Amino acid sequence: MTEHTVRSYDEELSHLNNLIARMGGIAEAQLDASIQALIRRNSEQAGKIIAADAKVDDMEHEVHAFTVRLLALRQPVAHDLRFIVGALKVSGDLERIADYAANVAKRALVLNQLPPVPPMAAVPRLGRLVQEILKDVLDAYVDQNQEKALRVWKRDEEVDDMYTGLFRELITYMMEDPRNITPCIHLMFIAKNIERIGDHATNIAETIHYLVNGTPLLDARPKGTSVLPEPPPAGEGN
Amino acid sequence: MSNSDGEPVASAKIKVVARDVNVFYSDKHALKAVNLDVRANEVTALIGPSGCGKSTFLRCLNRMNDLIDGARVTGTIAIDQQDIYLKDLDVVQLRARVGMVFQKPNPFPKSIFDNVAYGPRIHGLAGTGAELEEIVVTSLKRAGLFEEVKDRLNEAGTGLSGGQQQRLCIARAIAVSPEVILMDEPCSALDPIATAKVEELIDELRQNYTIIVVTHSMQQAARVSQRTAFFHLGELVEVGDTEQIFTNPNHKLTQGYITGRFG
Repeated sequence: MTEHTVRSYDEELSHLNNLIARMGGIAEAQLDASIQALIRRNSEQAGKIIAADAKVDDMEHEVHAFTVRLLALRQPVAHDLRFIVGALKVSGDLERIADYAANVAKRALVLNQLPPVPPMAAVPRLGRLVQEILKDVLDAYVDQNQEKALRVWKRDEEVDDMYTGLFRELITYMMEDPRNITPCIHLMFIAKNIERIGDHATNIAETIHYLVNGTPLLDARPKGTSVLPEPPPAGEGN
Repeated sequence: MSNSDGEPVASAKIKVVARDVNVFYSDKHALKAVNLDVRANEVTALIGPSGCGKSTFLRCLNRMNDLIDGARVTGTIAIDQQDIYLKDLDVVQLRARVGMVFQKPNPFPKSIFDNVAYGPRIHGLAGTGAELEEIVVTSLKRAGLFEEVKDRLNEAGTGLSGGQQQRLCIARAIAVSPEVILMDEPCSALDPIATAKVEELIDELRQNYTIIVVTHSMQQAARVSQRTAFFHLGELVEVGDTEQIFTNPNHKLTQGYITGRFG
């Protein structure tokens, strides 16, 4: 994109971009650290993650205030408008992602007090997949690369499949021995949190598509397997 | 570059059709092969940098360019399928059908009443004094000015404030029952409150008239129009629904201009 005649406007847009990039970097680091804290049973690290979540909340407020200011003072249109509204939405997704990471850390603290259970190994696998997706979508955001965003968007199917597999595995362990129920329930919530992070990454991919093209991404996203039963056909029930 | 709203809109009635319109001022090619459909009862905004041809195009629609020495217009412009550049066409009648409001309010040095009565008088639209008075009052009401001036209709139009003068000029334009109203930067000399009143008026007027407005204010184009056409260096670059032009323009030049990235 060429530069504005008013240079300070460009500087403001670039500041907004930097805020989002920094926020994305922190959210990524929080997710990575929370999975580390879980694998290594490191309660100190988990505590740090929980404390650091406030930083992401503050940054979200900063992005909100800054976008409101830009909307009021610059009255942006076209790509500028989509970019600013996009930043507002992405900041919301990143705040949620960091929240889920902090929740993983909180549950890691609890799990560290309990004897380890075997399915522990499958959770980091899901974590790594979602980390990759998050990294790719943030790169796509910085480059405003819609093809890359679209690839991320399609990969959410893999997350769904892996999550469903994990869900079944955890149920099996719980049925085997009721003493597994407490740690397995925590692992289940951890897996759910990580799966939700994947959903927010696909939201960001959709936002990228919108801000590059100006049109919403309307195709049906490929869905992986679900732990829920198929909904009844339209017209029946609700 | 051609008309980008290629697909005809079945529901909207087209009032003005311009095809391959070129304007030359002596050697200068001021308007290049413009194709534009203007929909009835909508406000169409013409935007673009200075010298882009938007005012030139506007002036083609009531043959104001006839008044400029060395100006030559080619192509066809039709209003309700009637070619307005036919040799034997009565230009005075055309300008009654296609009224115009200018950048600077330019009331005649006459009373408020006579300013509005002028057109109906020369076109013989009123048989009696009572009829004339009715036309004047109705026009002032439609222009949103009547309440402010009803007790001083015999005072000079030039004594009104800038915003009131502009609404007086709009009343004068609508007094001869035009079908199309052309506005050339109607608010550029007005303060924000007077601007808001004129914009509100433009929105009301489109119930009865087809309005084409040239504006340098992108926000104004966004606020008042349903369709926006972007001109650049004498060419019509893009025309579309105002919402689309301001959220997702098709053309890079449009994007550059409306976002303020223009050299």
